[in-house]
Amino acid sequence: MGKVDLNAKIPNNVGLADDRRLCRALEHWLPLYMEWWNDMGPAGFQTKDIYLRTAISVEAGGWANFDYVKMPDYRWGIFLSPLDQDRKIGFGDHFGKPAWQDIPGEYRGNLRRIIVTQADTEPASVEQQRFLGSIAPSLYDMRNLFQVNVEEGRHLWAMVYLLFRYFGRDGRDEAEELLSRRSGDEDKPRILNAFNQACDHWLSFFCFTHFTDRDGKYQLASLSESGFDPMARTCDFMLTEEAHHLFVGETGLDRIIRRSAELTKETDGDPRSAGGIDLELIQRAINYWFTYSLDLFGSEISSNASNFFSEGLKGRFKEEQRYEDHIMKDGVKPLSLVKNGAVVQEEIPYRNAMNEVLREEYINDCERALRKWNRTLEKVGVDFRVKLPSRRFHRHQGLYADYIFDPEGNLITEEEFKANERNWLLGPDDNDYLSSIMHQVIEPGKMANWIAPPSRGINGQDLEFEYVRL
Amino acid sequence: MASTEEHADTGQTISFRADPSSYKHWKVEFDGPICKAYMQVDPEHPLKDGYELKMNSYDLGVDIELADMVRRLRFEHPEVKVLIIASGHAQVFCAGANIGMLGLSSHAWKVNFCKFTNETRCELEDLAAQTGLRTICAVTGPCAGGGYELALACDEIWLIDDGNSAVSLPETPLLGVLPGTGGLTRLVDKRKVRRDRADVFCTLAEGFKGKRAVQWGLVDALAPRSKFWEKLDAHATALVDEVPDRGVDAGVAWSHVEPTVEGNTQRYSTLSVEYHDDRTATLTVEVPSAADCPTDPSAMMAQGCEFWPLRFARELEHAILDLRINHSLTGLTLLKSKGSLDDILAWDGALLAARGHWFVDQVVNLLENVFQRVERSSCSFFALIEEGSCFGGTLLELALAADRVYMLDEDGVEIERNEFNDGLLPMTTGISRTACRLLGEEELAASVVGNHERLDAIGADDAGLVTEAMDEIDFEDTVRIQIEERASLSPDSLTGMEANLRFAGPETMKSKIFGRLSAWQNWIFIRPNATGPQGALTLYGKPERPQFEWSRV
Repeated sequence: MGKVDLNAKIPNNVGLADDRRLCRALEHWLPLYMEWWNDMGPAGFQTKDIYLRTAISVEAGGWANFDYVKMPDYRWGIFLSPLDQDRKIGFGDHFGKPAWQDIPGEYRGNLRRIIVTQADTEPASVEQQRFLGSIAPSLYDMRNLFQVNVEEGRHLWAMVYLLFRYFGRDGRDEAEELLSRRSGDEDKPRILNAFNQACDHWLSFFCFTHFTDRDGKYQLASLSESGFDPMARTCDFMLTEEAHHLFVGETGLDRIIRRSAELTKETDGDPRSAGGIDLELIQRAINYWFTYSLDLFGSEISSNASNFFSEGLKGRFKEEQRYEDHIMKDGVKPLSLVKNGAVVQEEIPYRNAMNEVLREEYINDCERALRKWNRTLEKVGVDFRVKLPSRRFHRHQGLYADYIFDPEGNLITEEEFKANERNWLLGPDDNDYLSSIMHQVIEPGKMANWIAPPSRGINGQDLEFEYVRL
Repeated sequence: MASTEEHADTGQTISFRADPSSYKHWKVEFDGPICKAYMQVDPEHPLKDGYELKMNSYDLGVDIELADMVRRLRFEHPEVKVLIIASGHAQVFCAGANIGMLGLSSHAWKVNFCKFTNETRCELEDLAAQTGLRTICAVTGPCAGGGYELALACDEIWLIDDGNSAVSLPETPLLGVLPGTGGLTRLVDKRKVRRDRADVFCTLAEGFKGKRAVQWGLVDALAPRSKFWEKLDAHATALVDEVPDRGVDAGVAWSHVEPTVEGNTQRYSTLSVEYHDDRTATLTVEVPSAADCPTDPSAMMAQGCEFWPLRFARELEHAILDLRINHSLTGLTLLKSKGSLDDILAWDGALLAARGHWFVDQVVNLLENVFQRVERSSCSFFALIEEGSCFGGTLLELALAADRVYMLDEDGVEIERNEFNDGLLPMTTGISRTACRLLGEEELAASVVGNHERLDAIGADDAGLVTEAMDEIDFEDTVRIQIEERASLSPDSLTGMEANLRFAGPETMKSKIFGRLSAWQNWIFIRPNATGPQGALTLYGKPERPQFEWSRV
């Protein structure tokens, strides 16, 4: 494929036509990407017309073009938010100096690590979700699933662009590796654990897009503060698309909760008798996905996090608007640690707690969604309320991973955990039940019985609109 | 002076005692000819307070157990032909030496820690070279710094190919120090990685994984997670057939070396060390009658840890380690011996006659290692050959390991060389102590090697084996003055001077590790760029970034 072809095929604002290095790398990588998409992308729907949104430029009218597209023909593009020539580094030891337009050599390793870790999550989620189309509760939801999938694919492109453009041969090797790892694969798993968990029904899908993609939002937001300007601008543009994924998750869970509450009332507390999902199961799914997503923020005390901040590579959430001190050399942050079998508070250097600072922003955001879902429960008129478990519960990364806690955050024994695991976490029985009630619903406007309809359609279309042509 | 110092670093005396039944950090499994040693460091059992041994990072306590394991493999397990060093940690192979520990340690502690860990890795290599034992490192997760250095000490390195696990030496880019536990040396001298590639690798914090690690010679084999152990086990089983049989069914039961303390004297069954108030010590070896020395190797082996030469080697080693770590104020050790020259030569003769037997070879190899440890100690040694001394053969080798040898010129004070002095107990540099002494006197060297006659002081002096031969009138005064003078000199200067003078002649990988790599590391350890208030090692894990003094020194 010549460079003119590439430029025509790939919407971009990075001067692809004139960038020989980028063209050469893409010519090699694009067929591998398509092979990966065909093997690991949504199964069974590659030849169907889907009502998708495609970004063809970063201008107000350009990033949301709706039309029917077959997924393999989706125009994955490369976009950065517009350049601000005067942008300064907003935090850390280089605060106030001009933002880097090229990679500072001393931070090359750390930047590559940040980019590869973020990039690896994008194809992972597509792999995790590849069979969900066949049990979609409606055409509306099916379309949203595919929209999320193609955009995760585009986010992979965005990250791969950075690898190609700034990391030479190492970057090209890493880009290939991104297509060779597989979610949940014993031999080549994805880097982060949450992206190796099975996501084989729609309750998990909505939990994933709510809780796990929300981690993505916070990671991207803190990278969009980066002193490495091309990464900041790439992530900034990705955030506009990520917002839709969070919308899918948050409203999806809200709709399930509403329907479950309704069925709970109608059946006198036994929604399963009407093919619905009991609220306790929803709580277990929240516990499961919320805690796996907390792991993604990294260890509570982290020298990497400290380095990333002091080096100006990764800031805090809305660093510029929300904080006054952008250097934070001397601050401390209280943290709960386990010492001699008890949870105690200790102060640790603030920079080392950057992961925890970001995790707290995330938890607050999750709490907000929980309040919303609880208002739904209240409106329907059931007493059940969902809640977030303690950040110490069910952790596999960080300070708390070596200990066992209950959902309230109290230290417990392994026996106590085992005895209650079934009540606390989404388990095989739950997954079996959920799989048994989830069947594909393809009549336009119809919904599966376990989920309430959304309040409105996509892009001003009716709910009855044929979002996927089967 | 108290006979042992309490360590400022640990608030305790280090015992070097370990027992497999109470290992905290290793799990060792024996399956016929294959032994698997799993490193699974208990984070809550560091040797001192103030740090946690997370991610399979290690401190001296972890390495004392490893050293014990290697030593027991040598003596207790002749049936083992393949050793696999693996990780018992779910996520990582090993994160290297614990940075918190290094940050909290004094310079002396860091130096001794590195020396001990280096000696353990060298002993593992020695054991493999001498017995044909094959060693494989099974890297099933990220393997950084000291973790990779441990892997480098094995014959083969297997890396799991999961797209994530990498081998790395991040000391330079992350900590501003060196991979000083043999890492740099083994990379280019043992694995013969091209030096420009080694340069790239050693400055890349995240290291290399998968194919590139194999292409660059950093690891030998890759295997996917699902097949890793199946492949490695099959390989190990195949290797077993390549290793010669040891000719014995079982090893000897191991025991602990347990000195007693009487006032200022540390007493062992074969020697004693008396610590004096003037920062000197006297180490006296007592050679028992050889009348009871078994002549048959099986009978020697039946005595196990009680066999005198083995007991002596182990107790001398214990005394040297104790001297290094627990008596750092002692700057000069006088080496003496008591007994009859006939007896030590008879013990030696029995050993020499029984060479080729597995047990006897282990004892000889241990003697070799222990004498090398003497020379690698930061302490001056003067050997005093006096009335009642019995410096012959192996014991003469101890005297020749000293910085100076003073011999009394009097009837009956004699030494005698045997085959042990002709190259059976090489120095760290691979040559004999006699050859090292006589590098510039080729003719003399040729006449001394193979000369197993009994020599009086004049004969020994003529043979170039002693520093000075003196009569009774001079001996006492001269020696006293030399001791006092020595004790007054700068201990740092002496350490450096001795380390340079002791190892004349050729180099080996081992001598480069102890001589060059360790020396550079120890220099870097006291430089501000590593350990100053703004140094990289000081600030590692802290919120501030290091600030370097940019001048090249």
